[in-house]
Amino acid sequence: MADEKTPIVQVKHLKQYFNIGKANEVKAVDDISFNIYKGETFGLVGESGSGKSTTGRSIIRLYNPTSGQILFEGDDISKIKNRSPRMKQFRQQMQMIFQDPYASLNPRMKVKDIIAEGLDINGLTKNDDERTQRVEELLDMVHLNPEHMSRYPYEFSGGQRQRIGIARALAVDPQFIIADEPISALDVSIQAQVVNLLQDIQKQRNLTYMFIAHDLSMVKYISDRIAVMYSGKIVELASSDEIYNNPLHPYTQSLLSAIPVPDPEVEKTRERIDFDHKKHFSDDQRLQEVQPGHFLYCNDEQATKYR
Amino acid sequence: MEKILDVKNLNVDFSTYNGTVHAIRGVDFHLNSGETLAIVGESGSGKSVTVRTVLQLMAKNSKISKGEILYHDEDLLKKSEKEMDDIRGNKISMIFQDPMTSLDPTMTIGKQVAEPLLIHNKVSKSDALKRAEEVLRLVGIPNPKARMKDYPHQFSGGQRQRIVIAIAIVNYPEILIADEPTTALDVTVQAQIIDLLKELQQKIGTSIIFITHDLGVVAGIADRVAVMYAGKLVEYGNVDEIFYNPQHPYTWGLLDSMPTLDTDDQNRLNSIPGTPPNLLNPPKGDAFAPRNAYAMEIDEEEQPPFFKVSKTHYAATWLLHPDAPKVEPPKSIQERFEKYQEMLGGSVK
Repeated sequence: MADEKTPIVQVKHLKQYFNIGKANEVKAVDDISFNIYKGETFGLVGESGSGKSTTGRSIIRLYNPTSGQILFEGDDISKIKNRSPRMKQFRQQMQMIFQDPYASLNPRMKVKDIIAEGLDINGLTKNDDERTQRVEELLDMVHLNPEHMSRYPYEFSGGQRQRIGIARALAVDPQFIIADEPISALDVSIQAQVVNLLQDIQKQRNLTYMFIAHDLSMVKYISDRIAVMYSGKIVELASSDEIYNNPLHPYTQSLLSAIPVPDPEVEKTRERIDFDHKKHFSDDQRLQEVQPGHFLYCNDEQATKYR
Repeated sequence: MEKILDVKNLNVDFSTYNGTVHAIRGVDFHLNSGETLAIVGESGSGKSVTVRTVLQLMAKNSKISKGEILYHDEDLLKKSEKEMDDIRGNKISMIFQDPMTSLDPTMTIGKQVAEPLLIHNKVSKSDALKRAEEVLRLVGIPNPKARMKDYPHQFSGGQRQRIVIAIAIVNYPEILIADEPTTALDVTVQAQIIDLLKELQQKIGTSIIFITHDLGVVAGIADRVAVMYAGKLVEYGNVDEIFYNPQHPYTWGLLDSMPTLDTDDQNRLNSIPGTPPNLLNPPKGDAFAPRNAYAMEIDEEEQPPFFKVSKTHYAATWLLHPDAPKVEPPKSIQERFEKYQEMLGGSVK
């Protein structure tokens, strides 16, 4: 089904290494390939150090990829230079929402100027009135009171700040948004508010999301398809129902078995599955389609078993 | 069951530039010997302040304006600083949220684990180090003898939290207070740490107060649960009573806003609207009323007292008043009620 859709982002053999050639070389992202289709929410899950945030940051070109290609609407954007007109044009299409609503807003800037920064850089408004009006619209869209635009970030709660971050991302009218753990710093009762908001906006503006998270139950809820990362590699990729009902990779199984469920009876009978890195990885493995739309990191022999 | 800790009418104020914040507004709870009590609440609800008050690990601008903290029938609030030193890290100890900042980066972990032993007991340094090695083995650090000489940065996040736990239990405390001990950890590591705490409780018989905002974690570890909102307890009971027969609309909201793996992706998530109140000027009535779809007129006027649901289960909501109208809780909560009836063998309560 997914094949009939148009890809908005295509990642091909992306590698993102740090400290190349030194003793402490890190292969944060190690040869991953996947497509993200227009209008979908693509979930990327994994534990700390798995490379999920690095993947997001490479795609939006906060890093220069070590090798591989990133196509956005068919154009290779993996090599465009910082501060070039093409980069500016590209960044208008792709925006990011960050994890920490406290660290990601400049405390010395008014909310109005935080949100309008993208408008100013891209010259999207003609005059001050238009700028103010646009900020009002954006605040309204994220259900914040437009009268509060002259306030500073410290005057807002965590959930409100995250709404400001969302308004800032929307200001330049992007097509694609990378949300890197956008709710993990928020309280339980606020998380659902922000997730509902993100979904409403997605519908209104026909946006595509990449949703990076470690909270698996929320990822399942919000995503159409999910990729599971481990140690710089995608070990499994499938529709979210398929990942949860029919996980094939032992790491995915282990991750799913560890999710705490708010039900004491379920918790009492929980069987955790341990994952042994050494047992399950070998050099002859690659990500391959073992069932329609279901990709697994395995060797050819293992793949035939599932086909 | 013996009550080893009994907190009565605790009130804590913070003085700030803007005035006095009434962070804890009359909290009563107790801890039974050998059990795990989970205190659940959101940031600012007062759950951390409450337990820090037990050990008097308090911010300089805070003050206990009223209350008693009875530990074996003695009020900890009347103890001298020196007497408290003898209790902290010895009879009552604490595990903090962030294993990255609660260890000393310049000290080997062997010394850090042995430190509470040397402070509280008359033991030789070599005996203390031997004991530290045993405890590190107990919490699952592989090859502890060699690794005692390593520094915190040489361990992973999960291992550091195991070391923090080792320090907290090295004196076999009667009470272990764990303040969001797994929040900073990955889910698989979190599951391991929770298993470890349960295992340690079996082995050394410690009673645990476990603070968290994650109801999934609570379901897996708690015997009893207390739910806090805006500086007060709103509901407490046995773990089954809180998860399958919750009575307070805030507890309903918390349980209802978490997606489970069975939540239908086509539906919107149920969320609790609004934000918690500002405790500079606590509301006159029920603090949850402005966010509560089930609020009644009296909620604006008067704070609800605790109503008894069972011998072990109490909730502070006017909905339990005999004169209150019958309301229909969210669908997911009704499903929990049905499950509860099944568990009780279909008998009518």
